[in-house]
Amino acid sequence: MDVVNQLQRQFIDYSASLHREGFLDDQFTQLQKLQDDNSPDFVVEVASLFFEDCEKLINNMARALEQQQGVDFKQVDASVHQLKGSSSSIGAMRVKDVCIAFRSFCEAQNREGCLRCLQQVTHEYSLLKNKLQTLFRLQQQILAAGGSIPVVE
Amino acid sequence: MDTLEQNPVHKDDYNPDLLEPSPIQEEYAPVVFAQDIVSHVVSIDMLSGQEDSKNVLCARKSGKGVLTAPFRLLKTNRLGVILTFAVYKRDLPLNATPTERIQATDGYLGGVFDIESLVEKLLQQLASKQTILVNVLDTTNQSYPISMYGLNASNDGLEHVSLLNFGDPFRKHEMRCRFKQKPPWPWLGITTSIGILVIALLVGHIFHATVNRIAKVEDDCHKMMELKKQAEAADVAKSQFLATVSHEIRTPMNGVLGMLHMLMDTDLDVTQLDYVRTAQASGKALVALINEVLDQAKIESGKLELEEVQFDLRAILDDVLSLFSGKSQDKGVELAVYISDQVPQMLIGDPGRFRQIIINLMGNSIKFTEKGHILVTVHLVEEVIDSIEVETESSSENTLSGFPVADRRQSWKGFRTFSQEGFIHPFSHSINLIVSVEDTGEGIPLEAQSRVFTPFMQVGPSISRTHGGTGIGLSISKCLVNLMKGEIGFASIPKIGSTFTFTAIFTSGSSSSKKYKSQQINKMSNSVSSEFYGMRALVMDPRPVRAKVSKYQIRRLGIHVEVVSQWKQGLSSICRGSNAINMVIVEQEVWDKYLNNSTLFFDTLEKIDYGTPPKVFLLSNSISSSGANISTGVCNMTVIPKPLRSSMLAAALQRTMGVGNKGNPCNGQLNSLSLRNLLLGRKILIVDDNNVNLKVAAGAMKKYGADVVSATRGIEAIELLTPPHQFDACFMDIQMPEMDGFEATRRIRDMEHNINNRIHHGELSVEAYNNVSNWHVSILAMTADVIQATREECLRCGMDGYVSKPFEAEQLYREVSRFFQ
Repeated sequence: MDVVNQLQRQFIDYSASLHREGFLDDQFTQLQKLQDDNSPDFVVEVASLFFEDCEKLINNMARALEQQQGVDFKQVDASVHQLKGSSSSIGAMRVKDVCIAFRSFCEAQNREGCLRCLQQVTHEYSLLKNKLQTLFRLQQQILAAGGSIPVVE
Repeated sequence: MDTLEQNPVHKDDYNPDLLEPSPIQEEYAPVVFAQDIVSHVVSIDMLSGQEDSKNVLCARKSGKGVLTAPFRLLKTNRLGVILTFAVYKRDLPLNATPTERIQATDGYLGGVFDIESLVEKLLQQLASKQTILVNVLDTTNQSYPISMYGLNASNDGLEHVSLLNFGDPFRKHEMRCRFKQKPPWPWLGITTSIGILVIALLVGHIFHATVNRIAKVEDDCHKMMELKKQAEAADVAKSQFLATVSHEIRTPMNGVLGMLHMLMDTDLDVTQLDYVRTAQASGKALVALINEVLDQAKIESGKLELEEVQFDLRAILDDVLSLFSGKSQDKGVELAVYISDQVPQMLIGDPGRFRQIIINLMGNSIKFTEKGHILVTVHLVEEVIDSIEVETESSSENTLSGFPVADRRQSWKGFRTFSQEGFIHPFSHSINLIVSVEDTGEGIPLEAQSRVFTPFMQVGPSISRTHGGTGIGLSISKCLVNLMKGEIGFASIPKIGSTFTFTAIFTSGSSSSKKYKSQQINKMSNSVSSEFYGMRALVMDPRPVRAKVSKYQIRRLGIHVEVVSQWKQGLSSICRGSNAINMVIVEQEVWDKYLNNSTLFFDTLEKIDYGTPPKVFLLSNSISSSGANISTGVCNMTVIPKPLRSSMLAAALQRTMGVGNKGNPCNGQLNSLSLRNLLLGRKILIVDDNNVNLKVAAGAMKKYGADVVSATRGIEAIELLTPPHQFDACFMDIQMPEMDGFEATRRIRDMEHNINNRIHHGELSVEAYNNVSNWHVSILAMTADVIQATREECLRCGMDGYVSKPFEAEQLYREVSRFFQ
């Protein structure tokens, strides 16, 4: 029991810190609520999809921005738009915020700015991936120890 | 000379006894013939007297009649004159010399005139009614007039002088006449004229005064007109000032607050967030201050009007309670509200202003109270009046928190409502409330108590520095109370506390519900009370006042309440009682004193053999203390922080007892439940090119019980939505690479239109199309960017609405409920 409690407390604290630091927002909580007995791994599935999507989009953007002769800002913008959409659906707040800034650079056709933003997005994405993986690991541990995942309001 | 000449008689000389023969003279003039009446003058020598002789000689010389001076006649002694004519022997020419005349004289003729009788006889003929005094005078010698007739005149009065001519040129005579009696004062004339004069003076004076007064009044009137214009101008200026200040100050303030709000939504670190929050708090305080001052100005210019709206008094007090609960918990002051059952559920009046008054009073209480309690009570005036008669001795310990308070009865001592004469029996629909706010704070110093309701007055200059505020709150409250036709008063004992009481008149709200707009009725209380109705609760609280408050709040949920002051008593009644008790509510004080270290209580509870053991709730004063208590290891006790509110109690009950709505009846949960109702079993198509979005949206829909099909391309959507199909609705993403949402929707609509036409014309059979002849599937746009897809654009291409990505429960409910009922 103690182990479970400890793990649960760890989970709650970690979740709270993620929210506090802005990695996740309310949408992520909503996602967690969607998870139930019918779809027990809902959140993990969505997160995996998101990571795949992210990597694909980031690669697209990197390739487009590397073009020495004329960057196709429209394409970059489209990718950023996609990324923004996904990140808001999952509740990845910091990623979304970077995307917003990214878009304005695209509109201004500012290559330097775009590159910087791309760097930032990559950074945020890796951070988030790590954090979420830690979170999911904790969840697994709790389930393995026989406890239930606490709902964080 | 002849000796046969007549002589007039000298007046002095006549006395027959004294007569003597005349002396030897050259001439004699003896009277030869006389009338009978003057027969005594016969043979008297007229030349013997001096006057007479002069007279005779003069007559002889002049040939004219000559009058003597008046003298006393012989014998009669009356005043008279003698007129002497000379008789000549022959006619003498007019220019005859005196010598010739003397030569020709034959004799003399004399007439004796008795002046008195003459005048009297004349006067008798001539005199009028008035008695006239006549003086006849011989004025030959001007300085010595000889009086011939009449008394010696007194020269006063008016005299009429007329000349008499006897025919003698050498003598002058005059007659002076005057009235005997002085003419009387013409009294009538005098009086009349004086009267007229006086009247004229008076009239003149009145006239003058009137004119003056008119002038003065006109003058004053002009001045007043001027002043009135100035006053009106000032009033207009004031209203303009109000309007301008109202607008001008509030606009930038709202701008500031709005911007701060938006700033809060952006990416901020912890310090920045803190700063923004502080700025917001200051801004809100400033707006509140401005509103207060403007209220005061509005009241002064009489422009404040009260609304007439239906409202729930208990809901208002719940709001106010939540407003102050944080602060009171921080200070450790217990906050409680009690509303009598006789106060009706709905009232008609101005809820905002009523709230304002209560917030003012409670704000003051919170400011100045560091310990003890603040208790707000609402009763009907009728209830309180009845209790006035009964002199209940209230011990000072018998209060909510045990601290003494200022007696509330003192606070309404002077109210007209309670005096015999003043008590107006209310109309059938009018509700006369009496509200008291009692606190155990510092109290108001005695010398300041008279100034309490004066605007801008604070107890000391340091108050605004330590506590803030402008000091207008109470004066505004007083004006508002007056507008509500009530009275406000207070009783305050320094270092003990203050109790403020006010009355207000409302009308009962439930009867005429059509006429007035109704504020949103708190659905919560209605829906929740039905769930707990009939349950039984036991309250353990040694203080009756506090227990009454708890009982009131619990009974609002429809729960039957029993109060005990001793925990052992409670325990026995739980175990013994025939009616099952569903919950036990323990006051913190009881817990701290007796039950904290005792397991007896919970063990006994668990051992109850009938039904489920009652749930235990702890009413605690502050959140922090609640944490410590859970460590007893008792997991079936829930902490409810005070101030006790029905809503919180209901929430806690629901959580522990699992009764009623699954979620707390806050809006979100309400909507999710209703969404579930709407979407259960519906077949929904979700179209989005982004996998993540698609999965999330599909997951949300599945949660509500819908049957979800996903698609990633517009073309797929068109295929799937070609009639006949089973879909009830479609959520379509707008931005998709190959074919965007608008285009897809347009094509779908065309397709539907086409098929509908063909069905109507009979080209296609309606049975083949599931007997539906007007295909129109509801399509909702999903958009991450509201600017991108306005409502008009969506509607233009045939969509039925739009929701944002990711889904937001309330908006989703709003949109979806339009199609699914």
